[in-house]
Amino acid sequence: MLSLTPQDIQAIALSVKVATAATLFSLPFGFGAAYLLVFTRIPGRAVLEGVVNLPLVLPPVVVGYLLLLLFGQSGTFGPVLSLLDLRIIFTLKGAVIASAVVGFPLLVRSIRIGMDGIDNQYLQAARTLGAQWWDILYTIILPLSGRAILAGMTLMFARSLGEFGATIILAGNIPGVTQTIPLAIYEYTNTPGGDSMALSLCLVSIGLSFIVLLISEATARSFKKR
Amino acid sequence: MLFEVDVEKKIGDFSLQVDFSLSEKKCGIFGPSGSGKSTLMHILAGLLKPDKGKIVLDGVPLFDQKRKINLSPQERRIGVVFQHAHLFPHMNVRRNLLYGWQRTPPQERRGTPEAIIKVLNLEHLLERGVNSLSGGERQRVALGRTVLSWPRLILMDEPLTGLDRDLKFQIIPYLRDVLEQFDIPFLFISHSLQEIRLMTDEVLVFEEGRLQARLSAEELARRRLVTERRGYANLLRLPSPEPHGDLWSYRWGGTELILVEPGEKGDNLFELGAKDVTLFKQHPVATSARNLLPCQVSDLFGGGNRIGVELTCNGGQLISQIVPESVRELDIRKGMEVVAVIKASAFRRLY
Repeated sequence: MLSLTPQDIQAIALSVKVATAATLFSLPFGFGAAYLLVFTRIPGRAVLEGVVNLPLVLPPVVVGYLLLLLFGQSGTFGPVLSLLDLRIIFTLKGAVIASAVVGFPLLVRSIRIGMDGIDNQYLQAARTLGAQWWDILYTIILPLSGRAILAGMTLMFARSLGEFGATIILAGNIPGVTQTIPLAIYEYTNTPGGDSMALSLCLVSIGLSFIVLLISEATARSFKKR
Repeated sequence: MLFEVDVEKKIGDFSLQVDFSLSEKKCGIFGPSGSGKSTLMHILAGLLKPDKGKIVLDGVPLFDQKRKINLSPQERRIGVVFQHAHLFPHMNVRRNLLYGWQRTPPQERRGTPEAIIKVLNLEHLLERGVNSLSGGERQRVALGRTVLSWPRLILMDEPLTGLDRDLKFQIIPYLRDVLEQFDIPFLFISHSLQEIRLMTDEVLVFEEGRLQARLSAEELARRRLVTERRGYANLLRLPSPEPHGDLWSYRWGGTELILVEPGEKGDNLFELGAKDVTLFKQHPVATSARNLLPCQVSDLFGGGNRIGVELTCNGGQLISQIVPESVRELDIRKGMEVVAVIKASAFRRLY
């Protein structure tokens, strides 16, 4: 019953590619944002917090449209992008950016929870032992929030696999270029007689998500053992 | 070492205002909880910024509000042993121990990790995770970790609180040995008179954010004879015992003490409650107590219904705690000869 066309396989590969790229690309920024929010008292913290969390409450379509306004040819960054000969809309890059922005709050939230759980007195102890802030970041905060980072990456990866609204606006639905699994399913459901094909892709989607969960559980367990 | 502290700090309703300078190597900060001991410790370590004043260690200003100097904890080179060890949970014992060592300039290191590990008896624990350690082991690792960063001064914030009695006395010799051997001055913060007496010579007494008194640990214990629930305790350092029938005999000054408890070779520290020392005007004819020491009364102190009688017995000094009625009845005065009677079972070995 699971029959996949070459186009489906392309969509699966694209989904994995987009989700992986979006997660890895966001990771350093997500870690940085969480660090700023938890451990520093920079001015404008509340604003940063709001901006980071906004995509979580906004409809993805709105996020996609805002991104279109930013990255479109006549958008804010349009002149800069054309100068660099870069095209974001209707490309794979656009799909990655859409996924990254939509999944970012989930990543930051997870890492923050982990960082909030680090006893401040470990940091005090490290300081009295002569460690500078970057040293503490690398030797105490990073290892102690390892599980939270992993959880955040899992969430974000899963969210990216399912990203639809922002992607279809910014990157379109171009088979082989930006058509990921959700977009392919959408297309099938709009095609007469495409139901069974849509179901096949749904099953693939369930399988993929399950594998992500399994891998994350296994890694978390090995973290715990250490 | 010369440590000059003159700081003020307000936190909500509480205000801390202290001014002292220290040159002694073994200092205690004594006071009830809420007296500002911990706040002071955080200020000295650089973890909390005072509102005004200055802190100078050996001529180097660590904090000076007027000159806008405020060295960070990592620049101060003041070690801290926290009440709850705070060992890094993701590192094993070895990596915890070496954390400060690796961040100390080589010219500042005054001993090797091996030496410290040996003194603290941690060899067998090095590869263990810190979550599997007992309370006492954790505190020893925490001490080793701090000593290995070779600080100019170590602050110990109630490091023995939370350990049970036996563990406490297991750790005190380690604390003393390592700090003495490597000649590191320390400030020992505690609300336990016994710990303060075992660890320090000079004591600063705090109350409600103010320095109330500054005196020797012995003097503090004598002053608190009246207020401490258990009264005064004599601390006797006794050498290796000799068997004496089914009891043990220890040399003490020019005399011999008969005890029930066997000690170990080398130094043993015994506690003897002052109220367990009974005074007789003349040598009793027959008594079940095993120790009858002819002594001379050298001082009387205390107040209320508790009087401390300082006795000099053949080179040794002992405090007996009696009630004013007994003082009147026996007509105890300075210079008088008395016999101190102590049961063999009254001595309690600490370590």
